[in-house]
Amino acid sequence: MSPHTTPIVDTENDLELTERVIAPDGTRVANPQLDRYIQDINFQMLRDLHRDMVVVRRIDAEGVALQRQGQLGLWAPCNGQEAAQIGTARALAARDYVFPSYRETGVMYARGAAPGDYARMWRGEEGAAYDPDVLRIAPLQIIIGAQTLHAVGYGLGILHDEADEVAVAYFGDGATSQGDVNEAMVFASSYRTPVVFVCQNNHWAISEPVGLQSQYPLAGRAPGFGIPSMRVDGNDVLASLAAMRWALDHARSGKGPAYLEMVTYRMGPHTTADDPKRYRDDAELAKWRERDPISRLEAYLQSAGELPQEHLDAVQAEADATAREMRAACIGMVTRPAIAVFDGVYAEPHSGLERERDEYAAYLSTYEEA
Amino acid sequence: MVQMTMGKALNAGLRQAMRDDDKVVLMGEDIGALGGVFRITDGLQDEFGAKRVIDTPLAESGIVGTAVGLAFRGYRPVVEIQFDGFIYPAFDQIVSQVAKLHYRTQGRVKMPITIRVPWAGGIGAAEHHSESNEAYFVHTAGLRVIAVSDPQDAYRCLQQAIASDDPVIFFEPKRLYHHKGEVDLEAPLADAPPMGLARVVRQGSDATIITYGAMVRTALDAAAAAEDEGISLEVIDLRSLSPVDYETVSASVRRTGRVVVAHEASREAGVAAEVIASITEFCFEYLEAAPVRVTGHDIPYPPAKLEKFHLPDLDRLLDAVDRVMDRPNSLSGAADAKGAER
Repeated sequence: MSPHTTPIVDTENDLELTERVIAPDGTRVANPQLDRYIQDINFQMLRDLHRDMVVVRRIDAEGVALQRQGQLGLWAPCNGQEAAQIGTARALAARDYVFPSYRETGVMYARGAAPGDYARMWRGEEGAAYDPDVLRIAPLQIIIGAQTLHAVGYGLGILHDEADEVAVAYFGDGATSQGDVNEAMVFASSYRTPVVFVCQNNHWAISEPVGLQSQYPLAGRAPGFGIPSMRVDGNDVLASLAAMRWALDHARSGKGPAYLEMVTYRMGPHTTADDPKRYRDDAELAKWRERDPISRLEAYLQSAGELPQEHLDAVQAEADATAREMRAACIGMVTRPAIAVFDGVYAEPHSGLERERDEYAAYLSTYEEA
Repeated sequence: MVQMTMGKALNAGLRQAMRDDDKVVLMGEDIGALGGVFRITDGLQDEFGAKRVIDTPLAESGIVGTAVGLAFRGYRPVVEIQFDGFIYPAFDQIVSQVAKLHYRTQGRVKMPITIRVPWAGGIGAAEHHSESNEAYFVHTAGLRVIAVSDPQDAYRCLQQAIASDDPVIFFEPKRLYHHKGEVDLEAPLADAPPMGLARVVRQGSDATIITYGAMVRTALDAAAAAEDEGISLEVIDLRSLSPVDYETVSASVRRTGRVVVAHEASREAGVAAEVIASITEFCFEYLEAAPVRVTGHDIPYPPAKLEKFHLPDLDRLLDAVDRVMDRPNSLSGAADAKGAER
């Protein structure tokens, strides 16, 4: 893959230099770079990707609803980014290891998250939403971009172990301004670690447009670090899958890191605490609604006569059932006892913390006796 | 027993830890062919190869952040920060990631990372090369903080830090790197005192000086000088700043009733403040006098020609001893001091 080197004046609006295989209107377009990575994809597999995206959107809507109803402290919606997340995550092997940001609901889903896993952290029950070893995903990362270095370090371990695995870092366009992301690319390039950087350019870092982060396509930065990159239409799930297969192949074959800029759009707020009406207009939203990843794939399948109503009904039923399970798991969570605030700070005994724990236990016991 | 410098002892400790566990990897700037700017990793790349003694790009957050990823994969990274003042770019990775991942994951992810920091002043170095920033890390739950003060302890504590499943900030007083002492390389590590324990380095009965790092030697000098005046000082080397071994500290304070806590770091919200607050909680009824701090001033670390006025020296320590002993001292007034009959 040859990296793009042409500066783009308007990084916020120029979407035509992205790689895609399904156009926004659902038309299949030939792409010599990507097509060879998706030759095995049949309509059933496309319907599976469609199901994934519909279920993830439903999980996301349920997350927002649970937050509005006071069941979650916060939720970071991924509405609009389903294709970028599902397409890339479905390309992973089970043995690969993911270092996500906090918005990777679709990636969690693709890695087999349980219903409660989506809610546990946002509800405030535990710092990590799930067992990282089970899903092979590090805990959701809140500090912007910090996880990219963790992926590179993990990749360094893969190299040392001579294992057939890839570490993957997910982050947003805002994160590309962080020193850690740039340091991660330096380290990954220097050591040729098997790492794939997946930048979801969703165009907004809270209220700051991507143009404030960069006046150059984000994918164009990676080659400066010696990392090949691709700018992909992140609302095209098939292109996302194909590009990720390219990137994973590259990393897995010992050539070092690869970088994807998934050009997508965050349709909702940054989090449930955010009000995007203050900083972006309806016209922009409407323009992106025409590029919706789910309706795009539906249009393609429809035109091919491969979107039977039974599939749509089954998908809707599965989405609703998943949301119900998520809600039940969330509401059914039992908060740990007060003394558990001390659990797991250290792996080994720490006399100072033990003293504090004893004092607090004694304090708590005064209530029990009363 | 062999005579060696603290620098050589640390080198021997690293070598032994790497031989004992092939998951131990070293990372840092210039630690390979050069052997580190202080030569602490001298010869280790020759013995263990570039995959285990990793020269890194010049980026402190990158070094610590990649160590986090290695720990995720079961490695035990030992990171060298070239100088104390260079640790700040890595601060976020240390306090937000290294310190918290075990807690966030309810113990599912361990962070057995040792962060070695050539630390503190007294060597006439350039700006940002002499800082005592231990309080930042002591204040951060999830980290252990160790400060060594002699070759034997350096040799053992470093191995203990590396073997620990918790992250350890390991402070090496650079003005002691060339200080020699006896080191027993053969004694089993299991027989050594745990790194969380303080040690009484000199026994005494009139007052206790509590300190750590290079100040231990200053305190011992003060104790020797005080002895000439008939004052018996106990000196405690804390060794571990998180946790602090209050059993050893309290036992001493209960016997002497008088306490001086000394460190090079600035005073405000420093380790001495914490130690004295705890002593006051645990041993208030045993105290014969208000505990006294002797610390660096609350100033940025001064230029090299002025550092001797910043670092607590023997005279400032003895003045503090005079204060807790109710003897004439700087606070009791110069005229009083001159006129006082001893």
